[in-house]
Amino acid sequence: MTSWVPTPCRVVERTVETHDCVTLTLRPVTGSLPAFRPGQFAMLYAHGVGEIPISVSGIPADGTLVHTVRAVGAVSRALHDAAPGTVIGVRGPFGTAWRLDGVEDLLVVAGGIGLAPLRPVLGHPSRRTVLVAGARTPEDLLYAGDLLALSDVDVVLTVDRGGHDWHGRVGFVTEPLASIPLDPERTTALLCGPEPMMRFCARTLLGRGVPAGNIQVSLERSMQCGIGLCGHCQLGPLLVCRDGPVTGYPEAEPLLLAKEL
Amino acid sequence: MTIPMTELDALPLLARLSHTQRAAIAGVSRIETYDQGVRLFDEGGLADQCWVVLSGCVTIDTAVPQNGRMVLQSVGAGELVGWSWLVPPYRWHFGATVVTPTRAAVVDTAELRRLADDDPALGYQLSLILLDALLNRLQATRIRLLDLYRNPS
Ligand SMILES: Cc1cc2nc3c(=O)[nH]c(=O)nc-3n(C[C@H](O)[C@H](O)[C@H](O)COP(=O)(O)OP(=O)(O)OC[C@H]3O[C@@H](n4cnc5c(N)ncnc54)[C@H](O)[C@@H]3O)c2cc1C
Repeated sequence: MTSWVPTPCRVVERTVETHDCVTLTLRPVTGSLPAFRPGQFAMLYAHGVGEIPISVSGIPADGTLVHTVRAVGAVSRALHDAAPGTVIGVRGPFGTAWRLDGVEDLLVVAGGIGLAPLRPVLGHPSRRTVLVAGARTPEDLLYAGDLLALSDVDVVLTVDRGGHDWHGRVGFVTEPLASIPLDPERTTALLCGPEPMMRFCARTLLGRGVPAGNIQVSLERSMQCGIGLCGHCQLGPLLVCRDGPVTGYPEAEPLLLAKEL
Repeated sequence: MTIPMTELDALPLLARLSHTQRAAIAGVSRIETYDQGVRLFDEGGLADQCWVVLSGCVTIDTAVPQNGRMVLQSVGAGELVGWSWLVPPYRWHFGATVVTPTRAAVVDTAELRRLADDDPALGYQLSLILLDALLNRLQATRIRLLDLYRNPS
């Protein structure tokens, strides 16, 4: 039911993640939501303010939907501030999902809020997963406690600026990428974060011999309809809401390199 | 302790060297383990060795008045610590501290330089390895200047 009509959903849980990010658990007021896959997004509508695309950051089996929202403007601030009990409109699922069929060695690289759409792929027992996640400061790291508790994921956390009591890494995500052990041919890499970060990471991985076709990125463009009609999110030949956000690096590279599209 | 060759052979950092060249480097290196908190070197000290971290994490820092030691960078498994031995005045530009228990190959850089002088083919490959590692670090540092993760609002 990827339609024009939002499904009213109630915020049943609100977890403060960082100074500007919260995770909201949403439950339909009546009925159920269609199934979402990791990488897909919903259009979340804050009543009287507006509607924005937000990726799914958790897909529990109990019929709820989990999103992590960073307050950057009017709509995201309204969603961020939504207290438990608030009703939010949800449309979706929209867009493409991470392609994970047959993947054995998974390398997940996230920057900032980019970890949100990648969280649902972590902790799958049938594949070896390495997560490299970057943030501005230790206080900006999303889900840090939960990530370190994941038993079957090797986690590397790195920040731009550490404080005196930070014992993790200080540096950019490309640095661990250049040295972590990996089998390039068998590795599938999923990248999500600011576009320059994805370009630099992809280049580091190509340098390590990971084939371009094994790298997927999640593209972001401002959106309106979510269903490939309005053209608001056009990026070169792609409509990000329909052909993305998850895109193979061979298709994404020329778009990420273009100065303005 | 001498270095097990399997460990050097497995390092992506040294992948461009032959097994024999890696064995030559092992001959001028030793394995050390360090507890959390150990100071590897201080700013201004004589730079006569470098470290290849095999496991653990080391931070590079500098003293800033009112702030104590500020961490600029950390170095993890498979990466190099210590560049100042490469160029005069051979004094450490920064300090380094072990932040999680660390195992490292410690390379005697005077001996390494001698190896490179005696065998220009090895010297050339070593130069490329060092340049590659330096470029990675320079580029990562430049990207950090962009402050990509800041809140746009
Ligand atoms: C497919 C997709 C998935 C997304 N998933 C998430 C998610 O899981 N969590 C989340 O918090 N956000 C996510 N976003 C980004 C989110 O949609 C935007 O932050 C939101 O649209 C901003 O709307 P606003 O009205 O709050 O702010 P606006 O007033 O529209 O923008 C405020 C400021 O933020 C900047 N901005 C807006 N959008 C972006 C963006 N995408 N990247 C960088 N800067 C931006 C604007 O330039 C402006 O400076 C996603 C975007 C897309 C396209």
